[in-house]
Amino acid sequence: MLRYITQRILYMLLTLLVIATITFFLMKLLPGSPFNNQDKLTETQRYALNEKYGLNDPVPVQYINYITKLAQGDLGYTFQFDGRTVNSLIVNGMGPSATVGFEALLFGTIVGLLLGILAALRHNTFLDYGAMVIAVFGIAIPSFVFAGLLQYYIGVKLEWLPVAFWNGPEYHILPAFSLSVGVIATVARFMRTEMLEILGTDYILMARSKGVSKSSVIFKHSVRNSLIPIVTILGPMAIGLITGSLVIENIFAIPGIGEQFVKAIQVNDYPVIMGTTIFYSFLIVAIILIVDILYGIIDPRIRVAGGKS
Amino acid sequence: MEKLLELDNIHVSFQTYGGEVKAVRGVSFTLDKGESLAIVGESGSGKSVTSKSIMRLLPNKIGSIKQGSIKFQGKDLAKASERDMEKIRGAEISMIFQDPMTSLNPTMTIGKQIMEGLRKHQNMSKSEAKERAVNLLKLVGIPNPELRVDEYPHQFSGGMRQRVVIAIALSCNPKVLIADEPTTALDVTIQAQILDLMRDLQDKTGTAIILITHDLGVVANLAQRVAVMYGGMIVETGTVDEIFYKPKHPYTWGLLASMPKLNAESKELLAIPGTPPDLMNPPKGCPFAARCPYAMEVCLENMPEATDVSSSHKAACWLLDERAPKVEPPEEALVGGAR
Repeated sequence: MLRYITQRILYMLLTLLVIATITFFLMKLLPGSPFNNQDKLTETQRYALNEKYGLNDPVPVQYINYITKLAQGDLGYTFQFDGRTVNSLIVNGMGPSATVGFEALLFGTIVGLLLGILAALRHNTFLDYGAMVIAVFGIAIPSFVFAGLLQYYIGVKLEWLPVAFWNGPEYHILPAFSLSVGVIATVARFMRTEMLEILGTDYILMARSKGVSKSSVIFKHSVRNSLIPIVTILGPMAIGLITGSLVIENIFAIPGIGEQFVKAIQVNDYPVIMGTTIFYSFLIVAIILIVDILYGIIDPRIRVAGGKS
Repeated sequence: MEKLLELDNIHVSFQTYGGEVKAVRGVSFTLDKGESLAIVGESGSGKSVTSKSIMRLLPNKIGSIKQGSIKFQGKDLAKASERDMEKIRGAEISMIFQDPMTSLNPTMTIGKQIMEGLRKHQNMSKSEAKERAVNLLKLVGIPNPELRVDEYPHQFSGGMRQRVVIAIALSCNPKVLIADEPTTALDVTIQAQILDLMRDLQDKTGTAIILITHDLGVVANLAQRVAVMYGGMIVETGTVDEIFYKPKHPYTWGLLASMPKLNAESKELLAIPGTPPDLMNPPKGCPFAARCPYAMEVCLENMPEATDVSSSHKAACWLLDERAPKVEPPEEALVGGAR
């Protein structure tokens, strides 16, 4: 198992290097440079600034310098504020971003599981159809549309909850809910399909033939086994939340990483673009690794395969 | 002998999009204490449905017992509540399923799956149940039971899994064991082992067995009495000797004739021509009439009554009527040259 994890972490680092390289060169293809649209700067000042941040070096040299620093965990300085490091920007922004993302994932998974289980147990009834209609809407409608609707009706018209900003617990509800809608829908649909399949298997019949009570059959035998594919989609879903939060953070003016990222692209703040991209990529590969390990814990058949490799 | 289980005129139907499928149409039989009864017939003859209705494990909503009674120790299971059935399942009547590869929960250890029934029906503590699980595994011939009890189904071979399933079924000393094609999914050498095991355990525990199968070889190995099912009905019942050596129903003849024989001169394997009846619109008369080489006009119109051949042997066929022509079973249907 340890060998397996070490191997996976090595692959993870390799993936990150490839992502960093691609992003670096793609970014260099962006039109403009950080300081060329500030008209107040003279030619000399601009040259001095470029020199300070190493932007006058040839691109391959800049690349080598960047990767060397990256290997030491240093993401460089932002161009927007004098003397602030990208690391500190990310650390500051991480709090709100992680909070919203985690709340959305937790709430969405719990509600989705409940809806899916209920729909499967009441297969082909009104409840089943109702839950699935909600799920289809949840998948089809993007989170930012929900965000706008919630802001308008609950924030502006009813004034129940704040429309935007990040000043306390009540500010979490609308953004977290908008983000979780997709999670609810996806989890509910997967859970329903999986439960239905498992309720029809021989081992459920076998469990019933042992005289096991209905609730035991549902929770001990069906739900647990239905969770296996849910864990698989939890990874891509968490990643969806991360990218989804880019937009949601902007709509609700949450001072998170997503907001920094969008701002950085608008002003060609290279180190921040690079830093946030690498940070997001790191999160994604880490989530994939965690999901693979979790998968082994839930499904003993995979545990053995992992142990042997 | 004391009657343990008594099915009287059981009718089971399934509601499908196409209409009502009458899978079982008036099945009656009895099972004595410690006896083993085989129900044989081809796919779709209603043998599995009959056994599942005894356990009341028909698929919810679509399958139901329409008529008849299932008396078990004086209680009618056809009308018992789900709660009462939970107490009977596994404790009084238990079941072995066809495919051991799919009938164990892949994410639960073997031990836990055996312990489940014990904990529920016999109020055992965890450690008592575990000890009993180890003993049961030993009983069904699993080596190193103390270690294997904590393993998962995927770490067992097919034959081993079926042994585990048998251990689960016998864990609470049930009075009736229903074995639904227990050897069909196993290869031949393992089949023999499993049959030996079942016979051995029956000797030790005195459990009555209902064996559902389409394999007459298995019947000869394990059963004392046989019921031949066709089109949702029992067409012939008798002791193993009566069914094998003095069969009376043309369908039984067909079944026996289609059994491969080692000493056969002809290399061809005989089959009964035609297909079983459509149970959505079952025929008015004898269900086998359409495929029966001896069918008469009356067969198409009226269902024959079960006729007593001996005190233990009954067949439902118009050929047994005194007005019918005398017909001898074909050469191929004779087992071991007996006549």
